[in-house]
Amino acid sequence: MTNLRLQALTVRRGECPVVDAATLTVETGEVVGLIGPNGAGKTTLMRGALGLLPHSGQSSLTDMPVRDRARYVAWLPQAREIAWPVSVETLVTLGRVPHLAAGARVTEADREAVSAALYTMDLTAFRDRAATDLSGGEQARVLIARALAQATPLILADEPVAGLDPGHQIATMRAFRRLAQTGTSTLVSLHDLGLAARHCDRLILMDRGRIIADGAPDSVLTTDNLHGTFGISAHLSNGPDGLIFQPLEVVR
Amino acid sequence: MNRAIIPTLLALVAVLFVISLLTGPAGFGPGESVSALISGQGDAITLVMREIRLPRAILAVLVGTSLGIAGAALQGYLRNPLAEPGLIGVSGSAALGAVIALQTGIAASFALALPLAALAGALAATLLILLLAGPRGGSMTLILAGIAISALASAMLSLVLNLSPNPFAVSETVFWMLGSLADRSFTHVWIALPFMAVGWGLLLSLGRSLDALTLGEDAAASLGIRLERARLSLVLGVAAAVGAATAVAGAVGFVGLVVPHILRPFVGARPSQLLPASALGGAALVLAADIATRLILPERDLKLGVLMAIVGAPLFLHLIYKTRAQSL
Repeated sequence: MTNLRLQALTVRRGECPVVDAATLTVETGEVVGLIGPNGAGKTTLMRGALGLLPHSGQSSLTDMPVRDRARYVAWLPQAREIAWPVSVETLVTLGRVPHLAAGARVTEADREAVSAALYTMDLTAFRDRAATDLSGGEQARVLIARALAQATPLILADEPVAGLDPGHQIATMRAFRRLAQTGTSTLVSLHDLGLAARHCDRLILMDRGRIIADGAPDSVLTTDNLHGTFGISAHLSNGPDGLIFQPLEVVR
Repeated sequence: MNRAIIPTLLALVAVLFVISLLTGPAGFGPGESVSALISGQGDAITLVMREIRLPRAILAVLVGTSLGIAGAALQGYLRNPLAEPGLIGVSGSAALGAVIALQTGIAASFALALPLAALAGALAATLLILLLAGPRGGSMTLILAGIAISALASAMLSLVLNLSPNPFAVSETVFWMLGSLADRSFTHVWIALPFMAVGWGLLLSLGRSLDALTLGEDAAASLGIRLERARLSLVLGVAAAVGAATAVAGAVGFVGLVVPHILRPFVGARPSQLLPASALGGAALVLAADIATRLILPERDLKLGVLMAIVGAPLFLHLIYKTRAQSL
């Protein structure tokens, strides 16, 4: 089954297309990495797909009514905004907003989803702390937990692991993988190609608004693709420890 | 969250309401005042209690509630603790409407001319801000449109005073702009209440949207919050509540700025909980300040807006100092 389908999605800024006729699908149970250099259009692609930007072409998400969409897809923006010193639990509970009827209070099921999300992101001890008092990496985990608590079949995450320590980077990617086994698919933009190579089922490479390559990590992270888009050379090997990717030199 | 905050504030408003009823230059005893108010026996006292002090106390509650809730809603929507009800230009425009009525003499033609002119000013500002800020724009366009309208209203107000041929009207205008609840009647209550009630309803309905906006506009939209609708409710709600408050009480500052700031820690910083808390807190603050104007200089008619600014500014400085100490 397909959880996300984009057909020739184009987002323009003025005349210039920032995302140019992007076509992709994300299937149930997949973790798909969206990679590409700065300004390639990764964030714009995701915001366009969510209907947050005016666009042409088709997105399976914008065909849904707003309320159904909020129960179907969770969006984790790159800007980590926490405006008020609310408790971590309160903030993560905001993920349950789409599931609440108008004026309804939080139910036991909502609390369980929040507790599970806090546990997954290793935040149980922070439950009652003010979210704004936490470090940047901890705040990032709180916001990921908010998206997990939304309990949607699809998650779009914009650089969720930037600024996290290696342990929590791996744990976050593993959390997406575990969710994939229960049918939740994830489209995640990443700058750490090593992490992308190891933890994604599939990679989509963007450059200057276009999708350059789409496939298994070792078929996307080819010498030509890396040279052409990132301007780097890299080491890629598939051994007993799985796929290992290490950028080496700038080549242009 | 501290669950006792709403009952505590309710009790505080009730106590201050009674004190407000018992405070005044007529110097009746508390017992005879209350019995005159309730039973209607004793002509002069009943008249003072029912026609002067009761509407004054009720208006203090209405004005305080409107300013408090509008401040909390604006701060929540703009995610900025420095936002206040005057920000979107409604109170300045309401004042302009009132001043034009005073200067042209329309205010003297019939009793409700002044508040109606102020409401017309608020309405004009609301239409202008919706036109300027457009249907889709973010919070930044709203702030900029509000600043532009405030500046325009203030300039027009200066122009009216500048060109005024009548020094008596100028001094009347200046005193009106200082803000007061003295010598108001139930007519003022009835003209303000419908607008305020609509405004409170619109602003209270924003609770969930404001909570979600804690995560920013993008994340809130992805949680199913309709931001355009929320912004329309915000602008109309603030305009109705603050426009009506300015129309009956003149310009009373600092309430909408300070009250949400003081109460935020007591509600766990949740914007939705801050709305009712700030409504009650605003009512308590305006009641207390209005009592103080009658106790400090009973014979000099100290203006509510002046007292509020004198108390409010140092209070705000103290809060900033405390916030700075915490963040170190």
